Amino acid sequence: MSKKMDWKQFLINYGIICVLGLLVIYTGIMRPKFFTPRNLQSIALNVAPRFIIAVGVSGCLITKGTDLSAGRMVGLAACISGTLLQKPDYSGHFELTKNLPTFNVFLVLIFVMLFCAIFGLINGLVVSYLSVPAFIGTLGMQLMVYGICLVYTDATPIGGYRNDYTYVATGSFLKIPFLFWIALVVGILMWFLYNMTPHGKYMYAIGGNEQAAEVSGVNVKRSKIIIYVMAAMLYALAGFLLGAKAGGTSVNMGNGYELEAIAACTIGGVSVNGGVGKVSGVLIGVLVFELLKSAMQFLGLETNYQYIVQGIVIIVSIALDIRKYIAKK
Amino acid sequence: MAEYRLEMENVSKSFPGVKALDGVHLKVRPGTVHALMGENGAGKSTLMKCLFGIYKMDTGMIKIDGNITTIENPDDALHKGLAMVHQELQPIPERTIAENMYLGRYPMKKIGPFGMVDHKTMNEEAEKWLKDVKMDFDPKAKLGTLSIGQMQSVEIAKAVSQNANLVILDEPTSSLTDNEVEALFRIIRDLKSRGVAMIYISHKMAEIRQIADDITIMRDGTYVGSWEVKDISDDEIVRQMVGRELTNVYPPKGDYRTDEVVLEVKDLCSIHARSFQHCSFKLRKGEILGFGGLVGAQRTEIMEAIFGMRGIASGEVLIKGQKTNIKRPADAIRSGIGMITEDRRGTGILGCLSIADNVSISSLTQYLEGGAMLNHKKIENLVQDNVGKLSIKTPSSKTLIQSLSGGNQQKVIIARWLANNPDVLIMDEPTRGIDVGAKYEIYQIMIDLVNQGKSIIMISSEMPELLGMSNRIVVMCNGHVTGELEGDEATQEKIMSYATQFDK
Repeated sequence: MSKKMDWKQFLINYGIICVLGLLVIYTGIMRPKFFTPRNLQSIALNVAPRFIIAVGVSGCLITKGTDLSAGRMVGLAACISGTLLQKPDYSGHFELTKNLPTFNVFLVLIFVMLFCAIFGLINGLVVSYLSVPAFIGTLGMQLMVYGICLVYTDATPIGGYRNDYTYVATGSFLKIPFLFWIALVVGILMWFLYNMTPHGKYMYAIGGNEQAAEVSGVNVKRSKIIIYVMAAMLYALAGFLLGAKAGGTSVNMGNGYELEAIAACTIGGVSVNGGVGKVSGVLIGVLVFELLKSAMQFLGLETNYQYIVQGIVIIVSIALDIRKYIAKK
Repeated sequence: MAEYRLEMENVSKSFPGVKALDGVHLKVRPGTVHALMGENGAGKSTLMKCLFGIYKMDTGMIKIDGNITTIENPDDALHKGLAMVHQELQPIPERTIAENMYLGRYPMKKIGPFGMVDHKTMNEEAEKWLKDVKMDFDPKAKLGTLSIGQMQSVEIAKAVSQNANLVILDEPTSSLTDNEVEALFRIIRDLKSRGVAMIYISHKMAEIRQIADDITIMRDGTYVGSWEVKDISDDEIVRQMVGRELTNVYPPKGDYRTDEVVLEVKDLCSIHARSFQHCSFKLRKGEILGFGGLVGAQRTEIMEAIFGMRGIASGEVLIKGQKTNIKRPADAIRSGIGMITEDRRGTGILGCLSIADNVSISSLTQYLEGGAMLNHKKIENLVQDNVGKLSIKTPSSKTLIQSLSGGNQQKVIIARWLANNPDVLIMDEPTRGIDVGAKYEIYQIMIDLVNQGKSIIMISSEMPELLGMSNRIVVMCNGHVTGELEGDEATQEKIMSYATQFDK
């Protein structure tokens, strides 16, 4: 094995992280404010909910599926949470929920998670029992969920949240924001699920060779349904948190987040060919992607151009992932 | 004309940690069939990949017709007259025969400024080349309508149409019926008479005798030697391949049968009219029940149906006298059945997972602690236990299964089922594509299992294996059970006569 080949392999595996790392360092040098604790904390606060979304999508990717409805479910969860947790005396209160009693914040969270779980269940059923390719099935769901969100909110922006709701995002424990704690708990739970339970092993097996997994006695359909349901519940959690963080929401909340999540997963080593991926990798991927976004802002790149760069990063990261697969052959 | 069409000299190739090829030679004369033999993992495929430029050799030289040359990639190989008929064909069944033959090099015609595929020329050319290898298929028929054997012939016609004068046939008969093998051999002889040289990779001794002129044997990536086939005996070939005397191909067979019936199949019918119909048989505790028949006898189909992989229209499967209702493999596993499928890559191994994961996947619920958490230590113990017991050759239990040889992969799959402790183990072609040494080990495992009171159903298309291992043999033909023979009264002729009872 020559040295050159090692380098090539290294670049395929970590190239995109290296390039983005260099960009971050460059930004740090050019814009000293980039590395201030304040900015780093703001990046980290963005990472937390994105990580929750990405870790949800990662299960779908590992089983050779995908979930394009993620972003819209985030939006729906944010809108429902918002409408149920507005200040009772807020002048622009959402009409439908005006006369409802005051709900406990935690109860609302449980409610939106269960509500989105229904859509996750449909995703899972469509993908497993109807054998619709996940790409198409969840694309349809993306449209449906968006439609439901539009019908429900009539596209009116929602604001005027109760303080106990926004406190979820602003509050902290041991000087560390709740958002971190929540993301940490989600990360640990998912790590446990992926590595320490039969469900996790089944997930990797399905991604590796679905038929062989079935023959080995894995209930492939049930596993997939669990994955899509859990993913949907994580999107709901993320939507709930993002709403609290922003202090308001609209139907556009979450738009395109599924692609960012898929990109973050691939940057972090989750293969779109299935069977491969770690929770720690997802975290790294999200971190790298958020650093990229922040670096572009600091370098003064216009928002419109940022989209172009993000698109390129998504394609390159997946292209490199596919290279790995080809190289393995 | 040079003495040799192809000379590969002193070829070496290393991968990290393994020397895959070490000073290998291969010299192929024009107009001959050159058998390349060796156990799985001996380096035959690696050598061919070096020849086609898929791998770069570390050292060594390739000469074609006496001229030193380098081959950059498979396309370049084709330009230099080398073509390969793969072990696993990769045709496009929904397109026509001609389109498959001319894929990527369609004859074109110009209409104004636009280039268009010239279908007429393509079909005519295809027909001509097919005739050339004595096949009259309609080039406009969909490739998918042909049998695997016929597709292979098309593949050969394609190679010839590209002016290949060195064709590599990689285990071409592994999924062919006897008639198809005959047809293939006719084509090979015809090509030979026209000066085409062929490299023939196969494990089947009888075929080598029948068709090959020269033989080169490899062992563990090294060159053992080359002979003319007429100068070397079968025993000698086996000895050279394994590097040891193989006195017994089959371990001494015991009869551990009891009267207890563990599995009974009554009048089982497939949901497909052309698949198995009205099949009945019994399996006793401690028995190795062989299933013989020609390719297409539906043996695999009936076993997969019993295991819940295929639909059943009517009939019953009883396990220890209890009626079962098996809808999916998970149900079958709960009822105490294990299944080693025929298609190891397609439905056996979990390629990108480790050996540990592959062994434990179907018995994970046994290693739970507190109802939810896997005890990895228990799993590791199970894996180490089996790696030792089945002598699986691997650096570690974390190694990916896809990096193992076929024989070792098969042993990992066996370990998977042993972990489940099934009463009945169905083994569909358990030694297909596995080298002689590993075969013997697998036979030994089977005998140990029945000795422990397990029962085995073994589908095999290799007559000696069927006769050498079975206590009793059920023969199928065309979806029906046509005969049943006690192990000691069975002969090749009797099995064959049952296997060809197409009118039953």
